[in-house]
Amino acid sequence: MNKKQKKMLVRILLAAALMVLLQFLPVEGMVRFALYLVPYLIIGYDILIKAGKGIRNRQVFDESFLMAVATVGAMALAVYEDGNYTEAIAVMLFYQVGEWFQSYAVGKSRRNISELMDIRPDYANIEQDGKLLQMDPDEVEIGTTIVVQPGEKVPIDGLVVEGSSSLNTSALTGESVPREIKTGEEVISGCINLTGVLKIRTTKEFGESTVSRILDLVENASSRKSKSEDFISKFAKVYTPLVCYSALVLAFLPPLVRMSVLGLPADFGEWIYRALTFLVISCPCALVVSIPLSFFAGIGGASNAGVLVKGSNYLETMSQTKYVVFDKTGTLTQGVFEVNAVHHNEMEQGRLLEYAALAESASSHPISKSLQKAYGKPIDRTRVTEIQEISGNGVMARVDGVPVAAGNTKLMERLQVEYKDCHHTGTIVHMAIDGVYAGHIVISDRIKPGAKEAVAALKAAGVSRTVMLTGDADRVARQVAGELGIDEVYSELLPEGKVKKVEELLEKKSGNGKLAFVGDGINDAPVLSRADIGIAMGAMGSDAAIEAADVVLMDDDPLKIAKAIRISRKCLRIVYENIWFAIGIKMICLLLGALGIANMWLAVFADVGVMILAVLNAIRALFVKKL
Amino acid sequence: MKKTYKIEVDCANCANKMEDAAKKTAGVKDATVNFMTLKMSVEFEEGQDPKAVMQAVRANCKKVEDDCEIFF
Repeated sequence: MNKKQKKMLVRILLAAALMVLLQFLPVEGMVRFALYLVPYLIIGYDILIKAGKGIRNRQVFDESFLMAVATVGAMALAVYEDGNYTEAIAVMLFYQVGEWFQSYAVGKSRRNISELMDIRPDYANIEQDGKLLQMDPDEVEIGTTIVVQPGEKVPIDGLVVEGSSSLNTSALTGESVPREIKTGEEVISGCINLTGVLKIRTTKEFGESTVSRILDLVENASSRKSKSEDFISKFAKVYTPLVCYSALVLAFLPPLVRMSVLGLPADFGEWIYRALTFLVISCPCALVVSIPLSFFAGIGGASNAGVLVKGSNYLETMSQTKYVVFDKTGTLTQGVFEVNAVHHNEMEQGRLLEYAALAESASSHPISKSLQKAYGKPIDRTRVTEIQEISGNGVMARVDGVPVAAGNTKLMERLQVEYKDCHHTGTIVHMAIDGVYAGHIVISDRIKPGAKEAVAALKAAGVSRTVMLTGDADRVARQVAGELGIDEVYSELLPEGKVKKVEELLEKKSGNGKLAFVGDGINDAPVLSRADIGIAMGAMGSDAAIEAADVVLMDDDPLKIAKAIRISRKCLRIVYENIWFAIGIKMICLLLGALGIANMWLAVFADVGVMILAVLNAIRALFVKKL
Repeated sequence: MKKTYKIEVDCANCANKMEDAAKKTAGVKDATVNFMTLKMSVEFEEGQDPKAVMQAVRANCKKVEDDCEIFF
């Protein structure tokens, strides 16, 4: 509780006690009014002042104004009629209790959610003359060696130069099993060091480190508002004035009709009372607070599970996902290629690999990395000249002055070299050396564990179609798709081809279903931004992809895709529940109020009670562990 | 230019009103108020001095919701 809330609590208790006390005092007339005025002013003075200021600033239709009019009206009616001031005070009291509760609940959930997302490291340890110095991580330069002790957060991304340990990555990935780390491996900031002392050479500045990027992303998350939020703020803008005018009509029209047309007594007191009830119900607070709170809790819960959502609008769009398009490499398969077989002609196996590795030495493509790995020896780049990369085909270069071409069948056809097809499935790198076919190397990728379950889980979550796009050969693509149970496959696509395919799919899809694209590579960035919702696999993913994506999965577990969709569905269900529930109850109470069935007590329930229930319901969006 | 400021406000509807008021202020291209994180991000028009514009934003916000504060 903050100071404001404590003060309010004292006022509430004081006013309530006084009100009860006054019940036992047998006073009448103006003395009674004066006595009851004391608790009324204790509980409501700030509302009255605010209402006054609102009128001066021409902002009449705000809550304070409504409450002021309703309670002053009820006080006036009591003076004029039966001296029952309790109702006016009680209405004000309940209103304040509601406000107090709202501020307490919102403050508490705000703190809870922020704590969940709080991965900010406070300092970095630097060793100087045998002593550890704590430094602001912002001031640590690239290449500095920092020390992370057990129990501390890794403040900056870097390479382990000394020590081994296990890291708790749950704040980043939602994964509770610790990750083992040893010398020479990369660590990302935000993990908590569990067992051993680590010396880390930083490879990034703090501002560019994983932890800063995530914090930045989370902090800006809810500034992108969803359609539901826009709807509610528009609704509130119309709703409040509408109810106020209706109240005005209700106060004067029926009595006038009774008097002039029906010849009955006007009964102003009764109708004004009904109108005041209207005003109490009119406050749109339950709606206005519960919708952003639901989204905030949803985003918080998701980030706790290792799913970063960049805005409530994306959470909303994701909940309508009907089509999921995957990029194969790195999302469904591990993207770690291995040389499986070398089918050579006359040249020795080792020589062929050597030529391939050298020709591909300039490329950072996973395929060339696997070739270099299979070659196993350090690469002397001076032996390679005139490297020419032909997108979607392969590489041509001169190795020791000999022209070497390494690539797919398209490259061989282009060079008019006769090649042999391979019966293995995998990516085939055909080699032509000095214009003569020299054989081919089979490289294959491994399907990620959990990829099959992930596709099934998506279907279970209501995704109607799964599509896989890949630059790989058709045969490889079909085999992987068949194994995973994917509905549609488009293979041998160039990066631009993927964008075009996604555009085609976007046009083809029917109705309101949204299309999500899941990818990880640099090539995916344009596709990620083109799809209705772009999901990037974080840990392996490139910075560009994370930038372009709307949702980032912190680890590369494909099962998280379905989980993210389930989280968004739950959050949106809660949002709709709150919208319907709050509007529904208010409408019913308005109707009952107009008919004279609902008194001010029920009106207060419609206002405060609904708000409390809606806030509690909104908090549910935070709990996503079991989804 | 876009800047983010910390704000203080008690109710969600008031936050929406602040957003409207900020949007209507001269020199402000766009503004969003996030009630949950208590932050206001303001995009200024070209060549505007953020400090001066924020003074006006604060004055306008105070008009619609007396009980609010913007820290800049």
